[in-house]
This record gives sequence, C-alpha cells and structure tokens, in this order.
Amino acid sequence: MKLSRRCFLSFVIGGAAGTALSPLPWKLTDDIAIWSQNWPWTPVPPDGAYSYTPSTCTLCPGHCAIQVRKVDNRAVKIEGRGEKGPAGGICPLGLSGLQLLYGPTRIQAPLQRVGDRGAGHWRTLTWAQAIDAVVTKLAEIRAKGTPQALAAIAPTDQGTVAQLLQRLLTAYGSPNFLRMPSADDSAEAALRLTTGTDAYTVADLDKTDFILSFGCALMDGYGAPVQTIRAVTRMRERKGTLVQIEPRLSNTAAKADTWLAAQPGSEADLALAMAHVIIGQGRFDARFAMDRIDGFDGFARMVRDKYAPRNVAQTTGIDAETITRTALAFADARRPVALHGRGKGEMPGSLKEALAVQILNALVGNIDQPGGMQIHPAANGYIQWPAVASDAVASAGMGAGRLDEAGGSRFPHVRHLMHRFIERIDQDPDAVQALLVAEANPCHNLPDSDKVKAALGKIPFVVSFSSFMDETAMQSDLILPSHLYLERYEDVPVTRGGAKPTIRLCRPVVAPLYKTQHPGDTILRIAKALPAPVAAAFPWRDYETCLRDTLAHRWSAMDSKGFWIEKPVAAAPVAAAAAVETTNHNGPEEGVPAAADAPAAPAAATAQARRLALLNDDLSAVLMADNATLSDEAGHPLTLVPFDSIRTASGYAGDPPFMVKIVEDTVLKEQDGCVEINPTTAAQAGLREGQGALLSTPVGQARVRIHLSEGIMPGLLALPRGMGHTAYDAYLSGKGVNINQLIGSVQDPASGLDAVWGIRAKLTKA
Amino acid sequence: MSSNDDPKTNGADSDAHLPSPSATTHTIPHILLFFILGMAASMILGWLIFPQLLYSQKNQPIDFNHRLHMELVDQGCQSCHFFREDGTFSGSPKLAQCISCHDQRLGLSENEKIFFEEYVAKDREVPWLVYARQPDCVFFSHAAHVEGARMDCVTCHGNTGTSESLRPYEENRLTGYSRDIWGRKISGLKVNSWDRMKMSDCAKCHAQYADIHDSSEQTRRDACFVCHK
Ligand code: SF4
Repeated sequence: MKLSRRCFLSFVIGGAAGTALSPLPWKLTDDIAIWSQNWPWTPVPPDGAYSYTPSTCTLCPGHCAIQVRKVDNRAVKIEGRGEKGPAGGICPLGLSGLQLLYGPTRIQAPLQRVGDRGAGHWRTLTWAQAIDAVVTKLAEIRAKGTPQALAAIAPTDQGTVAQLLQRLLTAYGSPNFLRMPSADDSAEAALRLTTGTDAYTVADLDKTDFILSFGCALMDGYGAPVQTIRAVTRMRERKGTLVQIEPRLSNTAAKADTWLAAQPGSEADLALAMAHVIIGQGRFDARFAMDRIDGFDGFARMVRDKYAPRNVAQTTGIDAETITRTALAFADARRPVALHGRGKGEMPGSLKEALAVQILNALVGNIDQPGGMQIHPAANGYIQWPAVASDAVASAGMGAGRLDEAGGSRFPHVRHLMHRFIERIDQDPDAVQALLVAEANPCHNLPDSDKVKAALGKIPFVVSFSSFMDETAMQSDLILPSHLYLERYEDVPVTRGGAKPTIRLCRPVVAPLYKTQHPGDTILRIAKALPAPVAAAFPWRDYETCLRDTLAHRWSAMDSKGFWIEKPVAAAPVAAAAAVETTNHNGPEEGVPAAADAPAAPAAATAQARRLALLNDDLSAVLMADNATLSDEAGHPLTLVPFDSIRTASGYAGDPPFMVKIVEDTVLKEQDGCVEINPTTAAQAGLREGQGALLSTPVGQARVRIHLSEGIMPGLLALPRGMGHTAYDAYLSGKGVNINQLIGSVQDPASGLDAVWGIRAKLTKA
Repeated sequence: MSSNDDPKTNGADSDAHLPSPSATTHTIPHILLFFILGMAASMILGWLIFPQLLYSQKNQPIDFNHRLHMELVDQGCQSCHFFREDGTFSGSPKLAQCISCHDQRLGLSENEKIFFEEYVAKDREVPWLVYARQPDCVFFSHAAHVEGARMDCVTCHGNTGTSESLRPYEENRLTGYSRDIWGRKISGLKVNSWDRMKMSDCAKCHAQYADIHDSSEQTRRDACFVCHK
C-alpha cells in the first residue's frame, strides 16, 4: 500500500481530531499556564509551624509593643500588639523591620578598614581580634594618662545598654559620653529649672480634649508615633480641639481645627503671649498656682510687661486677636495640654520655648492630672548598680570636664551638647583619640553632616557598633556589628507614650543570622579586657546576666507580659550643676547613689505634689534671653526648614525598601529630592513645578526639583529629613537630599543647646 | 496578445490535471483508514501515554498505615492533624508528635524500623510528600472549613483515614503540583467530592453554600478573593 499525500493528510487530520478528543491539549494548556506562573527561580517561602513572639520595637523612641509572626524559625510579619491583647498599631518603619533584619545592608561579621576612610574597603576579623584591636587602642590611650580622650555617642542614655557604655567611660575615666540630640534635651532642662529634679514629661494624650501643638508632627512620628496618631484621631472624634502652630500645612496642620502659621523661631514668644492672656484675664488655675507654683507673681509681671499679644504680633506673624482667642480656648478647655518639640522632636530647639510651653501647662493646672502633662522621675531609676571604684587615672580624666562643657558652669542646665562636641574636635583634633559610636548615625543625622564627617575624620580611631553599613560605619576604622533588635534581649524604658512610667522588654525573635554580637556583650568584653579598675566595674558574666540582675524582681513579669510599670517615686533633685552628669550613673565621686548624696528633697517632692517654679534667677535669665535666630546672609533671601514625615525614617535605621516606595512623588521624584515652595515665591524666582534648581545655603548646596505648594508660608522652603543617604544599599542611597548637609547648628543663647530650626537659603535655576 | 490566451493551450493544460481512474477507486477507504489510524494514535497518546509522561512518581519516605493508627487513637484524624491553640492547622505531624508514642521502637515492621532508625534516632523530620498541598497563591484555612463550616475531613481528603498503605506521590513535571489537585482522572471529571481540588471545585462549593455560611466574611466575598488574597 502506497502512502499517498492524501492518506498522510487524512492521518494528520485524524490525529488532530483525536487529540482534540483527548485531555492532552486541555490539560497541557492548564499546566503551561501554571508553569509560566511558577518559574523555578521564583522563590517560594517554605511552609512550617506558625507562632508569634511578643517583643518591643526599638527602631524609634516610640518603643511600641509588637508581635512577630514566624513560620518555623523564620520571621514573616511584624504586627503591633496592645498591652492587653493582640490588637495594636504599627508604623511603616516598624512594619518593614524584617527588611532590615534580612536585607542586604546588614554587616555580617566584625570588619576592619583597609583602605582610606569612607572608601569601603574592609577585611573581616574574628570577634577576638576585633575586641583585641579596641582594647589595645584604649589601653594605650589610658596609659598615656588621657582617658578623657575617649568619647562615646549613643542614641539614648536610657536602658542598660546605654548605661553600660556610659559606665565603661566612667570607669575608664572619660566624662565624654554623649547621646544624640532630641527635644528631650530641652524638655529635661526645662524640668530641671522648674522642678529642680531630673525627670521627663509625657502627655496623657488619651484623655486630653485640647492639644496646643508647637510644631509637633503629631500625625508624622512625634512622641510614640503610633499611639500619638491614634490618640489625636480619637480626641478629634470626641470633639476635642487640635491647634497646630507650624509654618507649613503638614499632615498634622491639615487635621487641626486651627492652623496658625507662625513665623518659625518665634514660638517661644507666642507661648509667652498666650501666658500673658491667660494670666491677664484671670483664666489660670488659681488653686494649682497656689498649691504648686513658686514665683507666680514675678512671672506674671514679666509677661505683662514684655509679652502682650500686640507686642509679639509682628515677630510671630499672628495677630493679637487670634493669640488671645487661642489662649482663652486653651485655658477654658477641660483637659488642655501644650506640646513642645518641632517635628518628630529630633532636635532640642530652644530652652526658652520648651520652658514657655511647660509654663502654659502649669498655668492651666494640667500637670500630673489625667489628660495633662505627667512628670516622671528619670527613667533609669531601676538601674541600681554598685558605684564605680575609680583609680587616679579615672578620677583625673573625669575631673577634666566634658569637652562640650554641658553641665559645667557655662551650660549648667543641659547634659549633652553634641554640636559643641563636634566643634571642639574641629578646633582641637587631639581632644578625642578614640570614639565609640553605638547604634547612632551622626554622619547623616546631625546638622552640618559634612562637618561632622570631617570631625570624625580627625579622630584617629573610630569604632562603630552598627548593624548596617550606614554613613557613620563607613567612616569608621572598625565595625563591631550588633545584633538587630529582633535578635536580642534589651530593656527599653518607654518615655514618649503612655501616661505611666513603663519599661518594655525587647526579646530575641530569631537566632542571630550573622556573626554579630549583643552590644551589651561587646561593651562587657571590652571592659573586661581592660586593666583592673575598669574590668572590676563590670561584675557580670554576660549581658543577659547583667540584664536579669538589673531588672531583679521585674524580670519574670517582664518576661511573661513584656512590660513593667514602675511605681511612682520622688524624683531625685538635681544636687548642683557640676554633679549633673554623674547623677543617677554612680560617677566616681559618688560613694552612694546620687539621691542620697543630694541635699534633702523638699518633703512635698513626690510625683503627685511636685512644686514648679515659674520664675527665679535662672528662669528669668532663660526667659529674658533672645530667641535663637538665624544669621542673615547676603544673597540668601529665603529660609529653608526641615520637616518630618512618618514615611521617612530619620533615626539610626534608614528607610527600608518598603518605605522608600511610599514616599510621595512630591517629595522624591525619581532620584531627585523636591523642595516645597509657595507658588508666589517660586514665581518671583521664575521657577515652575518640577523644574530643576540649585538650592544653596551658607553650609552647602544641592540639586533639587521644585514642588509648588500653597500650604507653605511665602519665603520658606521645606525639605524632608531622612533622605539623601550616601551609604546603605541601592534601595536607599542616592535618593533625594540630606537636609543636614544644608543646615548648620544654631546655639541657643539661653542654654547652649542646638536650637536650629532652619537656615537662610537661595534657589537658582539649574 | 500573450500565448496564455490561446484556448487550445488552456484545454491541453486542464486535461493534464484530471485524476486517473485507478487513483479514485483506492482513495476513499484509504483516507478513512488513515483518518482512523491518526485518531486512534492520538487518543492513545492523549489518554494513556501523556499521563505517564506528565507525572513522575515518588514513594513516601515511609509507608504509613492510617487505618492502624486510627484504631489506636482517641480523637480520629485530629489526634495527629490538629488545630494549634491559635487556630492554625498543624498539617502533617512533626516528629515531636510522633515521638510522643514512638519514643521507642514499636513493633518489628520494616517501616517502623526505617522510621525509628532514620528519623527518630537521628532527630530528623520525616519529609512527607503532601498529596493535598495547594499552591502557594491559595489562601486556605482549615479552621474556617472544619470548625466554621463543620465539614468533615473525608469531603476533601477522601478515605485516606482508612487506607492501609500510602500510594506513590505523583508530581506534575511541568507545574510541580501534586496530581491530586487536578485529580487522578486525566479527564478532570469527578465522581466524588474529593476527586479533584482545582480552583473551579472550590468556587463551585463556595457558590453553592454562599447563602448558608454567610457568617464567613471570606465566603461572602465572591470570586477571586475567596481563595486569593
Ligand atoms: S512607631 Fe517607632 S517603635 Fe513603634 S513601630 Fe514604628 S518605629 Fe517601631
């Protein structure tokens, strides 16, 4: 039989018909569709047993309670946790913490610089080699009799990790422990002046019905960000009132019932003018004034003479009638509270402003009352360690005084002056021989960051404890990488949210991923390898032992519930200006805890009945001091101010990739940072929306894009904090402008704090 | 005028294309035969050979006897496949659960020997091959079905609980999915509710019971969001 062409075609047609009647084409189509969705290189997370580990987020000072969902030993989701149950809120940074944990920016083992500083060439060391390198250097400096040439920078001075670092310096003989600046600096100084105690304040926002906010970014990361947003939202649902004083229509201003666009830098005057109205019209809380206030009459005279609303209308840009109306509404509210701390509160601001705001709270009597300002003793009270027995070298070093002169006769009210420290290194390169930077990023986060970088460049030995390759780690000689917060135990006092003094426990959620070490253990290992007097101050075997010993009876409750509420106790009075730095830290001069050493506290100085001074010699000097003003620079007609956003992390951790994605395109357009400007001001400079421009200030310059906004005061320019990283990874670096490269420090005449709120600037077409 | 327009020439051309009488007589049965041959070959390929090629077979690490275990436990399937305290489903038992009875070798069977020596003694998890594993893009909550909708295990898993031996696990070479998702019948037709667990099978049941189980937010939401988040 011959196979003709027709037979062949008939075979093929038969085959096609048969195929159509078989499952082959239909099944194959389905499978190919699925196959195309499951390329073998698409990662599929393995399944496993689910569990939740409760812990605390330490990515910002909010210290939220969190719970981490795990599949087997892999953390897959971070959720907020309420103290009484699982429901809690979380912010975008807290939510994307896993990208920090598993991301490519982590430093995986101790590193030693091999090329030039900042060039990014490293060699890996073992922990023994790394600790040895630090110890050799520190022993050498101490042997020269200059222990004060060791300095340390930490993000906070609260909790055992920061206190171990400070103790290391004290035992070694250096008073130069610095914490990163924040609005806590000015708030604490204000409390020292008014109450004579080392304390902190926290507003009971859950119960308040009127918030007078002096530039606080309540909806963008102020205080304990998650709690603050929720409290403000609920307050407004309860028909409470929010007054926002800010030169820019921020998210908070947009939510406010009244938005007062006061001239930036004039807030202290505005607050004192409100005090004038409240006293002048007799709307202050007379009973509170009688029971708890000293120097009321003198203060009343001072504001009467100097701060009539019409006198400040010019400087603040707010007319007298509005000031009066706002002041009376504040005074007449049932539970009003005035808040201080510009933006997220990441810069100290002026002491006068902090004081004026605190005085407003005192005038309406809403201190230590529900819905008002709660004054709590310094949060480290639970850390009761034996005093450090110092040798002659340490005593001499501690006696040399701090490089920044904080707490000395020149700046008696404050404890840390970071910008002065940087200034000192700049002027006297030999002053600091070694610097330990514990989980802070001063090279990006401090004003005039180029100057900070240059100052660090003058220090012969810089050690970073960072988990990330951030700007400061890039500038260091040695990196001793720390476990991330999801890999370690730590006590975290909560001083920003919640009306009660609370300590939360940060707990390891996963086993450390890399060859990192708990910073507490790093400090202990360094200390124990140093000569006897230093080593002897650290009796603990390891950090966990130290933590359990320190928390003592609190440990088991904290381990099961995750938090502990301290009982109210009397705050320790500030003994004398010179003793400020060692109070509460068992400095070498003290044989017994500071509280017992100090002059007897007034009998009434309990948490409930603390007296407040409104006027005495010290206070009068601060209140009469000039405002911290920006120096006028020829050719710089505009003023640049920073703003804060919950979408940009501006603390130790940078924005993880999730967060970069949620930055609005009016802030970051492709790789360019956008500067916010009023259309009128832009028109005068001939600039249009989206146009490229060169933004210059006396400190630096940067290329930006123009973003027109009716919501910013004419003459002002605004840039967000937290952008413009040069380190980290491809997701974060090179995006936008770091405003700290454009602004410098402005010393507060009254306190020495860095009161910078902006800088003169000009825009030219690029 | 061109030569193509010559009628004579055209007539001669058409003659050349006429089929020869002998070819015509042989073609019809031939064509039919080849049609049937082609059809039969492709049907054999599609129905019999294709499934053999599409699925690879793997044996389970141990041949587990469900029936035997069911006779020994108190709470049926949930004795080993239980809900955790937080409501999540434990799935295939972990070694830790097995060890609560098998902390020493029980019996002399070959399977028990492998289980004890390879897994219990070495503290290794048994790499069970899960017949009913849905793809990663599917959201499925056992709690919603078993506790919420009070469905029994058999509805979806068939008579696994009474089986005495584990059949080979068949994996689709293209998709990597278990054969049980499409169903054992290559036609995709089902007789029992547990024969197949494709998207349409979930959807059908959800459409049918939407009114009954409207307490469930997921069931009430229609279409894609029932299974895909
Ligand atoms: S607000 Fe702060 S502490 Fe809370 S989750 Fe966000 S980053 Fe963490």
